[in-house]
Amino acid sequence: MNKKLITSLLGAALCLAPHVDAAPVKVGMITTLSGGGSGLGVDVRDGFMLAVKTANRSDLEVIVEDDARKPALAVQIADKMIQKEKVDILTGIIWSNLAMAVVPSTVNQGVLYLSPNAGPSALAGQGCHKNYFNVAWQNDNLHEAMGNYANSAAHKNSFILAPNYPAGKDALTGYKRLYKGNLAGEIYTKLGQKDYAAEIAQIRASSADSVYIFLPGGMGIAFMKQYSQAGMTTPIMGPAFSFDQGILKAVGKAALGVRNSSQWNKDIDNAANKVFVADFEAAYGRLPSLYASQGYDTANLILSAMDSADINDQDAFRAALKSAQFDSVRGDFRFGNNQHPIQDIYVREVVMEGDVLTNKIIGVGLKDHQDAYAANCSL
Amino acid sequence: MDAILLLEQLLNGLQLGIMLFLIAAGLTLIFGVMGLINLAHGSLYMIGAFACAAVATWSGSFWLGLMASLTFAAAAGALIEVVIMRQLYHREHLDQVLATFALILICSEGTRWLFGSFPLYLDVPDIFYGAVNLFGVLQYSRYRLFIIVIGLFTALCIYLLINKTRIGMRIRAGAADRQMTAALGINISLLYTLVFALGAALAGFSGALVGSIQSVEVGMGEPVLILAFVVVVIGGIGSIRGALVGALLVGMVDTLGRGYLPQILQLLLDPVFANTLGAALSSIAIYLLMIVILVFKPKGLFPAHG
Repeated sequence: MNKKLITSLLGAALCLAPHVDAAPVKVGMITTLSGGGSGLGVDVRDGFMLAVKTANRSDLEVIVEDDARKPALAVQIADKMIQKEKVDILTGIIWSNLAMAVVPSTVNQGVLYLSPNAGPSALAGQGCHKNYFNVAWQNDNLHEAMGNYANSAAHKNSFILAPNYPAGKDALTGYKRLYKGNLAGEIYTKLGQKDYAAEIAQIRASSADSVYIFLPGGMGIAFMKQYSQAGMTTPIMGPAFSFDQGILKAVGKAALGVRNSSQWNKDIDNAANKVFVADFEAAYGRLPSLYASQGYDTANLILSAMDSADINDQDAFRAALKSAQFDSVRGDFRFGNNQHPIQDIYVREVVMEGDVLTNKIIGVGLKDHQDAYAANCSL
Repeated sequence: MDAILLLEQLLNGLQLGIMLFLIAAGLTLIFGVMGLINLAHGSLYMIGAFACAAVATWSGSFWLGLMASLTFAAAAGALIEVVIMRQLYHREHLDQVLATFALILICSEGTRWLFGSFPLYLDVPDIFYGAVNLFGVLQYSRYRLFIIVIGLFTALCIYLLINKTRIGMRIRAGAADRQMTAALGINISLLYTLVFALGAALAGFSGALVGSIQSVEVGMGEPVLILAFVVVVIGGIGSIRGALVGALLVGMVDTLGRGYLPQILQLLLDPVFANTLGAALSSIAIYLLMIVILVFKPKGLFPAHG
């Protein structure tokens, strides 16, 4: 008790801003740390914990658990964290299907949920909720930006490809929403498919002038390698997920020159981002990815709300979250009515820096972009 | 133009089939000779790919990596056989499934612990980059052509090994009657270790070949394991010849299904609906094939024992 008193006095003395002597905040993070796709969860966790460590506050406690990409396990952990650990905030889920399993019941039990990655459309429109905040993007956003970019790059005949599951359909719908040209072909592949010979043959036989793919993780690595090995030269476009720092090394030179869309990149010029990139490299010995940046922003958003509101006054805390008074590493960041970001989405190109493959911003795909579902949200 | 596309898709089907054969051959060999269901076959496939990627990155030579995949997977196979599988031969299949499933988890997390969560880099050597002109009209990936050639060569080697050599004769004898073979003075334990290591080496080799055009990551073995089981069940459990025929059938049906089902359906149905239905149908085409074959031939195309 004494220690707590001292630290809060110390905190009050150190902060010139009006500091609220608030109750400690307990955050539960459920993310994918083992099995396939664990690279994404590891990045979100590392980004989040970097911000927590930098802030070094004794009134913030974080517990982390691994969902192994299994919806049933994620639900179990969420129940345990809410009922036994009594967390105030949940965060961390990477995949939309896991988010759909956990988020609705979490927010209905009066616990806040901040999404550092998944942004299914079902939670952005009519299904929006005052306790749900998305700090990354709505699922369609990066694809919309690429569709818009295709117009400005004078692509008139795109061949589009995605796995046959809800996020894959959202992706191609997003691309088509703003793209004005024709479609040379539209293919839905099996989720998890790793051999794309048949599809590449179809692309070769079509008269496409560009190819848009949404193939996250290993699927994207496999496609890109096979595409380039087959001697294909039709330009490829995609969202950041297939060309992110975590997998570029595995794709290799096949990724060079690919244009992809992202709300963040390590070369965005603002003070917060410079500190983030330098600190992340120093702490973990690798370049941060967009997932890491999303984890970092999520933690900083929570910290900013803690500065101005007490977690026990949920209305005030929600208002503090919604005002988003933190320095996002993406630069400008604010929430729309449905508590999803309104932000710039950039177009990046994969380049070689020294002997490391990485991304460089070459333009803005969409400025101050808000998702298409916000209008259906009654918040 | 359409004829060229069809030819390319046929070659793709052949190549996928041969890749599947390499993976399934080890599985069916182990089951046929030892009566053992090895769910960890996919993990051996992963071990081969990781060994190849690690050695190729370290040495700069894809060929050394390929050798390493054979060596490491065979060594891992021999170790697993001696330490774990020997306890399981007299147990029920369910116990074997349980133990080898545990092995999958151990191998996956062990690999993640060693190599981290991020996929590894493995690319084909430069001479296989790009396309080669076939018959003057068709551009075909050199590496896929290489897989076809090396796969057929491996199939031939396995055939010769099993049917024309002394060791192959012992393997066949061991499969037919374990006790009688042992009574004739053949060291059956050593033979089983050899067969298991051979099966593991084949899995690891295919993991390295496939890993260099797909992705080398933890969990890459499980989807492949399911395909390998489909091939083995279609071909007849325990039959190498069946595995070859089954693998080619699955490769062709899968590739042509993906390439043509949506287009064929578009002739009959509304384009959007046809596209959705085609995507769904082509991803289950091989399972439909399996069902049809099992209806007419419940023991597969070439049942190994009668």
